[in-house]
Amino acid sequence: MTATAQPTSTDDLVVLSGVNKYFGDMHALKDVNLSVKRGEVVVVIGPSGSGKSTLCRTINRLETISDGSITIVGEKLPEEGKGLANLRAEVGMVFQSFNLFAHKTILENVTLGPIKVRKVKKDAAQKRGMELLERVGVAHQAEKYPAQLSGGQQQRVAIARALAMDPKVMLFDEPTSALDPEMIKEVLDVMVDLAKGGMTMVVVTHEMGFARTAGDRVVFMDEGAIVEEATPEEFFTNPQTERAKDFLGKILKH
Amino acid sequence: MDAVYDNLDLFWSGFLRSLGICLWGMAGSLVLGTLIAAFRVSPIPALRWFGTAWVTLIRNCPLTVVLFMFAFGLPELGINVSYYLFGVSALVLYTSAFVCEAIRSGINSVQLGQAEAARAIGLTFGQTLGQVILPQALRSSLPPLGSVIIAMFKNSALVGAFGVGGDLWGVGNQLTSAQGYDALPVFTGVAIGYLCITLPAAALLATVERKVAIAR
Repeated sequence: MTATAQPTSTDDLVVLSGVNKYFGDMHALKDVNLSVKRGEVVVVIGPSGSGKSTLCRTINRLETISDGSITIVGEKLPEEGKGLANLRAEVGMVFQSFNLFAHKTILENVTLGPIKVRKVKKDAAQKRGMELLERVGVAHQAEKYPAQLSGGQQQRVAIARALAMDPKVMLFDEPTSALDPEMIKEVLDVMVDLAKGGMTMVVVTHEMGFARTAGDRVVFMDEGAIVEEATPEEFFTNPQTERAKDFLGKILKH
Repeated sequence: MDAVYDNLDLFWSGFLRSLGICLWGMAGSLVLGTLIAAFRVSPIPALRWFGTAWVTLIRNCPLTVVLFMFAFGLPELGINVSYYLFGVSALVLYTSAFVCEAIRSGINSVQLGQAEAARAIGLTFGQTLGQVILPQALRSSLPPLGSVIIAMFKNSALVGAFGVGGDLWGVGNQLTSAQGYDALPVFTGVAIGYLCITLPAAALLATVERKVAIAR
């Protein structure tokens, strides 16, 4: 089966076919095929260096691919310029290290995209921004700067910033890996709410609890390739591959 | 110090002339230098190449040579404007290479994640630079930028030496060689004139630095 001949249903929001990625000699992604349906929550897990973050970052082209194709809502990812910027606006991204704009207040962080990209009027953007901050529980911090907030609060703002663009799909690149244990829950709670609300999500994480409660499908990666795909229930109770069994054995027996 | 008191009006007009060269030079080189810095970090290879070539070429040439090329070389090509315009243009061109590098050092100090987050919400390259990167880059660019601009103010005396005339350096030159005044008092006056430009500039810079330091 060739990559391009693969039929995709109209329900498929994100489709990666035959994606390969090299970092120099390192083969970081090996012939990756993955479709994400509208409203689906795909949880990508795997050991460090397995390529799961790289996979996530290729979807909005923060990482270029060596060959293969990626489409979002049936549209091929443009290479550069305005077209790429427009497509990125449809794809929300939440980073491990939050990456809030350090020189802007919390509210400005959430309104910058709508004002500059969507050309929303400032007061309308602020009103919507406050609603989103309310939703993630940091509205009372709206006038502060990112550095004045805790990690958990910053990450919730980052989620609000992505939501402000009304994205069709949200990418989460290890959103809780830089957080203290106590703060992980407050971020996961927001993410579970989003998933329940029908948001299409690709989540790279080590939080197996989240995968179980909110995931529709688990994608297990190792050494740049997708090794196993299954529902969370199947994957955690009855993994098919030796590699997955080994991985689960290491992380679940404590 | 009679040489200075007798010619206060001359010194004053020289001061204004020099101030003009400095301010035009500053405005021009900041704009051009920022543009070249944007080229150097742009996603388009040709622009990056151009920016690198610009800095490499201009930063490594003596200012005097650049001035010579403008004031005497360009007329040979049929380009004739006033010495004032030639002088300021040469100063802008020369300083832009240093401004570019000061700004680029600031850009490099901003975490990569900031640009990634900006691109991820759909900002274009220009918006990413203008809205997210440069405002943060400025904080660490300011000290080297200040040094570059103050050096440029002093380099403006060289522009005077190329016959722009009427600036502080020109006044000093005229009083000593044409009118026979002693050099020491005259150039003390000239030095005070330049200090009247550079010291407030340094103070202003310190104030701006404090301001942007708070905004985070």
